Amino acid sequence: MKIKIGFGILVFFALMALAGPLLIGADPAATSEDGLQGPSAEHWLGTTQTGQDILTQIVYGARISMGVGVLSAVIANLLAILVGLVGGYFGGAVDEVLSVLTNIFLVLPALPLIIVLAGYLPQRGVGSVAVVIAVTGWAWGARVLRAQTLSVRRRDFVQAARASGEGPLRIIFFEIMPVLLPVIATSFLATVVAAILAEAGLSFLGLADLSTVSWGSMLYFAQNGQALLIGAWWWFIPPGLCIALIGTGLALVNFGIDEIANPRLRTVKVRKART
Amino acid sequence: MRFLARRLGFYLLTAWAAITLNFLIPRLMPGDPVELLVARMKGNVEPEAIDAMRRAFGISDANLWQQYLDYLGNLARGELGRSITFFPTEVSTVIADSLPWTVGLVGVATLISYLIGTSLGVLMAWKRGTWLDGVLPAATFMHAVPYFWVALALVFVFGVTLQWFPVSRAYGLDVMPGMTGEFAASVLYHAALPAITIVIASMADRILGMRNVMVTTLGEDYVVMAEAKGLTSRRVMWAYAARNAILPNITSFALSLGFVVGGSVLTEIVFSYPGIGSMLLKGVENEDFPLMQGIFLVISLAVLVANFLADLAYVVLDPRTRQESE
Repeated sequence: MKIKIGFGILVFFALMALAGPLLIGADPAATSEDGLQGPSAEHWLGTTQTGQDILTQIVYGARISMGVGVLSAVIANLLAILVGLVGGYFGGAVDEVLSVLTNIFLVLPALPLIIVLAGYLPQRGVGSVAVVIAVTGWAWGARVLRAQTLSVRRRDFVQAARASGEGPLRIIFFEIMPVLLPVIATSFLATVVAAILAEAGLSFLGLADLSTVSWGSMLYFAQNGQALLIGAWWWFIPPGLCIALIGTGLALVNFGIDEIANPRLRTVKVRKART
Repeated sequence: MRFLARRLGFYLLTAWAAITLNFLIPRLMPGDPVELLVARMKGNVEPEAIDAMRRAFGISDANLWQQYLDYLGNLARGELGRSITFFPTEVSTVIADSLPWTVGLVGVATLISYLIGTSLGVLMAWKRGTWLDGVLPAATFMHAVPYFWVALALVFVFGVTLQWFPVSRAYGLDVMPGMTGEFAASVLYHAALPAITIVIASMADRILGMRNVMVTTLGEDYVVMAEAKGLTSRRVMWAYAARNAILPNITSFALSLGFVVGGSVLTEIVFSYPGIGSMLLKGVENEDFPLMQGIFLVISLAVLVANFLADLAYVVLDPRTRQESE
């Protein structure tokens, strides 16, 4: 049930990002005469100070926000897989070094580091922002994957592969990694949420590419355009709501997977009344 | 105490890593920060400022190793260079002025959020199958809400529309800072909305985390045994189940601190709260690299100290970590 609702939300936003701009067709940055209008038949979600249509911005913003989220989650997970699996499989000194590195990145506060790194970027394009977010966001996945690899590497099929003379890299990526795909999927989903939030935070501070429309940059312009003081709730509510909804969708899918693994977590009606 | 010694060792290592990272970032990122600054300001930089920056970075003609040693030496003397935004104020002074605000705000808010969230999680696991389950979807939603958006919504509702609370600054313009009741009241009044933001945005993680661990713990034999002995449910819930469930919860709480601090930076900025988060943004906007770096270092070290405090709590709660021999 949770997984279904979660998937429903994700499919909705994925379709919005992929097909939405084709359906709407308008330019999200196009300004018009009717600035700061509330939701109406013409502008479903109202307009900004410069008369940009907010629904159009939301639909185009989905591309950037989700694109950056997915792109940096892919990079972060590649790093996590590399560090976690290699450390977990080889053990010994390699594992020690990689574990310490993972734990260090786990403890260091990510957003301040992202802000500092973004401060040094000569150009803050979509790609470089995604890389910066990924560099600070891989540690959690690496830690989980390392723990799993430790338990998998003792199993018979890995021993068999080693006995038949397969090289370590082949064992790691063709024998162990397929078994860990569910774990990788969960950690990927969690990383996407974190990356979308980080991108939104960075754009909100005006530290990402402000020439492209993303949900974070919409909030930046809403804040700087005094949307709050004017009372233009339709300007800042939708972008934040979209971010939270995507996060909810991803979390629901993740919690659903957890519940399959740990049936105790399910919310069943407990017959036995505890007093 | 071997547990604590090992953790302390790890934090020292991490502190060294943060310090070294701080040294390497300006050197590894594309472009020379000093030239970047001069280019962006189209040459409108005073020579003293350029000089101060070079000194702050320890950028000189010496080799990298010598620069690193100089940097460590400056750091040991508490010298973080001069801020460019507030030239010629020392970065350490800027930080010393803004840090208390952040520590007060984030510290208190995090503590409140931890207490409420964990208690709610315990209750929700205990009363599974009742109306309390209705909190779950809400918590799932709140878990993904950006801090700054919560802040914006609170500003809109309670600040602008209802006008119950002030929406910026740390104390009113009409009070003089000092040890007076009036000033304290003004500070509390101004901290209300930012603190509520941090509590709301960070509580969901605590609720969900505690509930999940607690539910798993409730299935353990010793909990069934305690119930069978006829202990009061309050005793079973808090002294048997929650006491054990809280251990993993403390670990995940410590790990989430970095995230909370990140969110607090954004919250401060929305409320123009004069803490370290607002200073960080000022630093980035003004290409004030010494300030940025100093603040990153201080935030990292603060998170490390908080993590160590969480470890201390863990030692108090879990007798196994106090055993001398392992």
